[in-house]
Amino acid sequence: MKLASNEFLQASSAALLEEDKAQRRSLIGQFLPLARDAAASAYGDFDALRAHMKRVRRHTMTHLSHYLEQFEEAAVQHGNQVHFVANAEQLNSKVLSICQAHNARRVAKGKSMVTEETGLNELLLKAGLDVLETDLGEYIIQQAGETPSHIVGPALHKSLAEIRQLFLDKHKLGDRELETVSEVVEEARGVLREQFLAADVGIIGANALIAEHGTSMLVTNEGNGDLCANLPPVLIVCTTFERVLPRAEDAMALQRLLVRSATGQPQTCYTSFYTGPRREDDVDGPLETHIILLDNRRSDILASDYSEMLDCIRCGACLNHCPIYIGVGGHAYGWVYPGPMGSVLTPLLTSLEQAHHLPNACTSCGRCAEVCPANIPLPDLLRDLRQDESVQQLKPARWRNGLRLHAWLLRHPGLYRSLTGWTISVLGLLGKRRGAFRRLPFAGGWTGQRDVPAPEGGGTFMRQYAARRRRGGKRG
Amino acid sequence: MDKPHPKRKRSRQRRDVALMVTCLADLMRPSVGFSAIRLLERAGCRVTVPEQQTCCGQPAYNSGEVDAAVPVARAVIEAFEPFDYVVVPSGSCAGMLSHHYPALFEGEWHQRALALSAKTWELTRFLTEVARLPAPRHKPLESAVTYHDSCAALRELGVHQQPRQLLQEQCGVQVSELSQNQVCCGFGGTFCARMPEISAKMADDKLDNAVASGATIVAAGDLGCLLHLSGRARRRGLKLEFRHVAELLAGDPRGPGIGEGRE
Repeated sequence: MKLASNEFLQASSAALLEEDKAQRRSLIGQFLPLARDAAASAYGDFDALRAHMKRVRRHTMTHLSHYLEQFEEAAVQHGNQVHFVANAEQLNSKVLSICQAHNARRVAKGKSMVTEETGLNELLLKAGLDVLETDLGEYIIQQAGETPSHIVGPALHKSLAEIRQLFLDKHKLGDRELETVSEVVEEARGVLREQFLAADVGIIGANALIAEHGTSMLVTNEGNGDLCANLPPVLIVCTTFERVLPRAEDAMALQRLLVRSATGQPQTCYTSFYTGPRREDDVDGPLETHIILLDNRRSDILASDYSEMLDCIRCGACLNHCPIYIGVGGHAYGWVYPGPMGSVLTPLLTSLEQAHHLPNACTSCGRCAEVCPANIPLPDLLRDLRQDESVQQLKPARWRNGLRLHAWLLRHPGLYRSLTGWTISVLGLLGKRRGAFRRLPFAGGWTGQRDVPAPEGGGTFMRQYAARRRRGGKRG
Repeated sequence: MDKPHPKRKRSRQRRDVALMVTCLADLMRPSVGFSAIRLLERAGCRVTVPEQQTCCGQPAYNSGEVDAAVPVARAVIEAFEPFDYVVVPSGSCAGMLSHHYPALFEGEWHQRALALSAKTWELTRFLTEVARLPAPRHKPLESAVTYHDSCAALRELGVHQQPRQLLQEQCGVQVSELSQNQVCCGFGGTFCARMPEISAKMADDKLDNAVASGATIVAAGDLGCLLHLSGRARRRGLKLEFRHVAELLAGDPRGPGIGEGRE
């Protein structure tokens, strides 16, 4: 997917002006946190489960090569072909070569952020394959020629009216109304069913890889993952190595955390486990299965101070709870992963130079970390990235110099006091009548959107306090 | 949140409290500092205002200039470590001292930062959990008040019920709650100037909720939020009065609210 994260400022300004979309986002920001909170408290000790998962994740990451070997061995034993690939190009060309080896023409695809990351569809389509997304949200944005705005609900930015019009334009099915949600869904289902039945290759993602059994786990609400996995003769699971967990019960713990954090459901409609191709006595299932494990700089992340980011389970809770994501929407972030997790991941998976605004799109409010099921200290990681931004001199020089000068001044209380004492007294007098300034020199960042409240008057606290003390009088 | 509860000293014995005024109160709203002193003295504390203090160093720290913030933190630790308690009329500055300073250091300075952390209190939490205020001497407030929780107070320090309790006890006011009161107002330190449009949108959501609450006074424990919200309200022409909670509790909100003139 094309990277446009450095256009965050312009893109977010534009997004703030889209009233309809802003209103829908605001509803998402109200509803999903309520749903998540209700599900978490109905579970019981959700925080204990989070802490448990954190330990499992850290353990797994510490012994990663052991668990990956175990996974590979078990998966191969079940007849899977396992491929480790270093980067996006390798994943894409591996998938293409599998498709070509089977003379495939039609591909049914389940929802996969990893293949969004690698831009797989574009390559397959260019090679002449008929690739259809089968997750309803992904299908909608594919038809619209758009990219996901949310990692769980890729089409959350679209209204029913927009989707209806899109289907009327794209599906040549004659006269029909499509007035209700169920009519719209029914139509998509009809179109998709045909693709499932005709597809030569199915491609899905994975929410977890179970090392002890060589099995992959997938949660969906639509069941499209199962149809992609079981109907076409060839199945390709595209995922990344950090999905691996030691045991099946760890995957179940992850599933409990993931679903509640993502949608507030106690359980998705489908939780599926794929262990390999059809066995002799099986009545259905794919004849050949591949599991492709992508690295794409994740090994670098593992070795860096940001390794906790690999604990992310892609639930989207940090998006739903982030007032900045809710304010500007996912597209403004300019790549695959938006919101707090995206603001950490995008610079790490691409480069800070190409995405250095994102870690600044944060007030350190801490709400993301409060709900993150993987207990990732997102605000701390974002602050660390801002430090990297400064070290790499990507931050505007006037900001960097201004902040450093200010910090220097703070260590010289005498000088600080005489400078602030004088300035504040003058501003206090100038602003006395109106109580606020519309404009002040060097304050354009503030005054573009707000007035500057004037200092209260009478000079700084320290000056007034010293004067009171000198008068030997009362302090209060 | 997991601060060990200090032993209650006998009430006769005065607690030695250092007030960290905060740079924003020092520069923009001295009455917050004076209100805090009055409240602490009423609660039986001996209050000192260490002269060497300027600011906790958060602007540099949060903007990623961490190496510039470290010497500032050292200076704060030195200025405040002689006292039994450090009280701060700001959740974000108190959070900086108690949560972020220890992470800046290793070795001896880490220990000193931890020691400072253990005795640092946000004002309203100190007045409800350590030194209780006596019954009020001032008249109850007649205006409807809403309360904006700053993110650092709420999530780093567990301050939520304390200011409400104090407003009830001292001012006879039941806070009219904001809907979405867990959501940030969009100040975020330098964020508000680096991404002013998003910041203003967040302020607008907060201000709309404040208007909908029916309150005429917006109180908060952090001047950063208050300056940002009042500046945006002025720009929009909203008739809301902004006050630091210490001003209300001290019972002397006679002067103009934040960002209001005398015209």
